[in-house]
Amino acid sequence: MPKASITFQDIGVTITVPAGTRLIEVSEKVGAGIVYGCREGECCTCLTRIVSGHEHLAAPSVLEQQVLRDNLAPRRHRLACQAQVLGGCLVVQPA
Amino acid sequence: MTAAATPDGAVPVAPRVHWIGALDPDLRRFDIILRSANGTSYNAYAVRGSQGVAIIDTVKSGFSETFFRRLESIASYDEITTVVLNHLEPDHSGALPELLRRARRATLLVSPQARLMLQGLFDPADLAGRVAFVGSGDHADLGDRQLQFLNTPYLHWPDTQCTWLAAEGILFSADFLGCHYCDSRLFNDAVGDFRFSFDYYYRHIMRPFGSYVRDALDLIEALPLRVVAPAHGPILRRDPHEYVARYRALAARTVYGAATKTLAVFYVSAYGATRRMAEAVVAGAESASTAASEVRISLHDLEGGEAAAFVDLIEEAAALVFGSPTINGDAVKPVWDLLSSLTVVDLKGKLGAAFGSYGWSGEAVPMIEERLRRLKLRVPLPGVRARLAPTGDDFAACHDLGREIALHLLGRPTPRTLDLAQIS
Repeated sequence: MPKASITFQDIGVTITVPAGTRLIEVSEKVGAGIVYGCREGECCTCLTRIVSGHEHLAAPSVLEQQVLRDNLAPRRHRLACQAQVLGGCLVVQPA
Repeated sequence: MTAAATPDGAVPVAPRVHWIGALDPDLRRFDIILRSANGTSYNAYAVRGSQGVAIIDTVKSGFSETFFRRLESIASYDEITTVVLNHLEPDHSGALPELLRRARRATLLVSPQARLMLQGLFDPADLAGRVAFVGSGDHADLGDRQLQFLNTPYLHWPDTQCTWLAAEGILFSADFLGCHYCDSRLFNDAVGDFRFSFDYYYRHIMRPFGSYVRDALDLIEALPLRVVAPAHGPILRRDPHEYVARYRALAARTVYGAATKTLAVFYVSAYGATRRMAEAVVAGAESASTAASEVRISLHDLEGGEAAAFVDLIEEAAALVFGSPTINGDAVKPVWDLLSSLTVVDLKGKLGAAFGSYGWSGEAVPMIEERLRRLKLRVPLPGVRARLAPTGDDFAACHDLGREIALHLLGRPTPRTLDLAQIS
């Protein structure tokens, strides 16, 4: 199975995950500071800054794009509950 | 001094600006979490321009009749072009559906963060084609005067915004700078002494959103304020800047300065095992902090203190570590009492960890860790559990836990590489 590597900069942890994993699933397990509320892509609590490797995430859905716009999210930010890792190496930070 | 609000009358706030809200003097508890010795008011306002009337906020649904009577005393529904909801909490949006039914020309202006809340609170048929989303830089044109909007989220709802009438120097501030204090004399220079209520409201409603408060104050302090018109409590027309300054003081980040980070270790111990583990955590943290000023480390026996004082301490701490024995499969009550008292402070991003001794099952540590995660703390380090009398290895693990937490606070965490398959 294809793998990806995610570094959670706020806690100094790098973790190998299967491709297709959502950021929030990993963040929760390693205890990083990316917190969540609804886990359905609506509340924007899990807004995450993609420090590098943005291209390794699946494109945002229409709903995610709308929520990012409504919450004035800066560029290179995604919802951790929606963003799926496709491969490669990412570095992320809580927004 | 402006006359007190009559049962039906609108009250002038400034030229062509009226208070049209409702008084609720008998309210004694609000939203479960707040008490009020003086009731509250649901403040709504009407602003007239040369080409239309704007209504800013409405009232709780049970007070709609009073609201509409006051509105009708100064405007007709066909004059209303704009309805602004500075946030959608039901005590301010209760009369909205009926207002939109009566004011057929009006467009509802809300912040973009209100989009999903509108769907959850109202019948889409009432809103179809009638909503526009506004933010900082946008304005509503009333002809010879304009309303401008300030994006001020999380004060205290995600969709909160403030509305600025530059022509009169009036800031319609939603719940920000408000309080639950009902007095029919309405204005801060006419009502009784409400300072206690103003501070109480801040500490219970705004305090968890301190960083958002500071961001909003940055916007508001730059305005030439003549009046602050909040959605609850007295209208602040005398020295409004003093109330803004009071919020600035209440939202101040720390008394020690941001350079000093605090690690607070809390414990409860039946026979001394968890206490000795706590001391090892502290010793480990001290070993990583090369200067006392880098990390301020403190140890607290939860059985010896009041939760309220610990809440203040926790608000300023960067890391919180809890030690609890396991009794009957649970952490002990003083720990839960404290962990259920923290909704009034901002915990997001603080570091958390847990440890404790147990007899045979040891549920306390993972239960505390789970609670800390749900309170939005980072919990990156596995807790330490010691069966019965802690061994040298157990104390070493506690020492390592304390040391690693301190290193996190110092920005020097030991890098770790994991595989998801190993921790799932």
